[in-house]
Amino acid sequence: MTKVNLEVNGKKVSKDVPDHTILSIFLRDNLNLNGTHVGCDTSQCGACVVHVNGKSIKSCSTLAADINGSKVTTIEGLVSDGKMHPMQEAFKKMHGLQCGFCTPGMVMSAIDLLKNKKDPSDTEIREWLEGNICRCTGYQNIVAAVKEAASKM
Amino acid sequence: MKTFNYHAPKDIKKASKLASTSSAFLAGGMTSIPSMKLGLATYKDIIDIKHIKKLSGIKVSGKSVTIGSTTKHAEVASSKDVQKVIPSLAKLAGGIGDAQVRNRGTVGGSIANNDPSACYPSACMALNAIIHTNNRKIEASKFFKGMFETALKKGELIEAVEFKIPEKSNYQKHPNPASRYAIVGVYIAKYKKEVNVAVTGAKSSVYIDKDLSKALSNSFSSKAIEGMELNSSEMNTDIHASGDFRASLVVTYTKKAVEAC
Repeated sequence: MTKVNLEVNGKKVSKDVPDHTILSIFLRDNLNLNGTHVGCDTSQCGACVVHVNGKSIKSCSTLAADINGSKVTTIEGLVSDGKMHPMQEAFKKMHGLQCGFCTPGMVMSAIDLLKNKKDPSDTEIREWLEGNICRCTGYQNIVAAVKEAASKM
Repeated sequence: MKTFNYHAPKDIKKASKLASTSSAFLAGGMTSIPSMKLGLATYKDIIDIKHIKKLSGIKVSGKSVTIGSTTKHAEVASSKDVQKVIPSLAKLAGGIGDAQVRNRGTVGGSIANNDPSACYPSACMALNAIIHTNNRKIEASKFFKGMFETALKKGELIEAVEFKIPEKSNYQKHPNPASRYAIVGVYIAKYKKEVNVAVTGAKSSVYIDKDLSKALSNSFSSKAIEGMELNSSEMNTDIHASGDFRASLVVTYTKKAVEAC
């Protein structure tokens, strides 16, 4: 067992978990934060993307013990004062989702892109989202949503 | 995933002491964790080396760039130093996997795994790299032994990779559209007296194509290799590309790389 201490969405958490506990499982099963989705579970689909110390990573391929002491932001941590994050607003406005399964990962990944690049081109958005797979809408509206968010953020 | 004991030593000596025949070092975990989850690999002890500060960072000296083994792909891709002295190496790092993989994956992990389609082994071969371990220095040409096989001994830890700065270099990849691994990747590096053409993805392990290297050493232009046909008998054949197609891609991408220099 390992004691994992994290700051998740601004709150300190501490849990004793088996050493091989994966971060996505830690978030979902130990903290009941089910917004982080597990799709392929082999780091290809990107539904599980969260931020660790401000950088987007795939939580299905990271050990909870490995990031001990880090700050984690999940999709649940984006709301502030009851208002959606501009990226969430943009996905809603531009119809950037259909079933919504990939959306938490898309949103977390796209926010990290805008941290690195304030006004990305369509190509840069598409390249950045290579690790996020959507099986419903196709990507047109997702790219449009990221562009919309970039104009607001 | 089967259970294991997780260790996070702070120095190389402790990491090495923990190593056994049933342990593995963990860097970014971008291959090892999915492999363990799929049941392809099991270990009693996982030794996380990311907390050893000495193993991360980029240093440029007069003739070489030395990259610590736990330095992430995203760090190499965005390094102003690497972009200045070996831009093709920064480009290679920025084209591995996807953004999230580049935020975790490391150079040491990539070459220790020696996936036949990985990008970094080709950079090591073309750029006459020296692999620094906790015991010795290994030339890249003696490091990559075969599919997923390296010269590393049990408990031997890669500390850094030293790349020799070339006059010119370029990396061109024909990526698998899903995984971004190289169906074929060609890294060319031009030095004063030689040109190295390293190929990944085409055979069971990275290799230097001697014919292409020789032709380009004699005359560094895409015309020098125009119409060359490579022997495809040892090339990989799978659902993505036949051996003949890979042989053709190697020449095509070598030309592209020369033209981009």
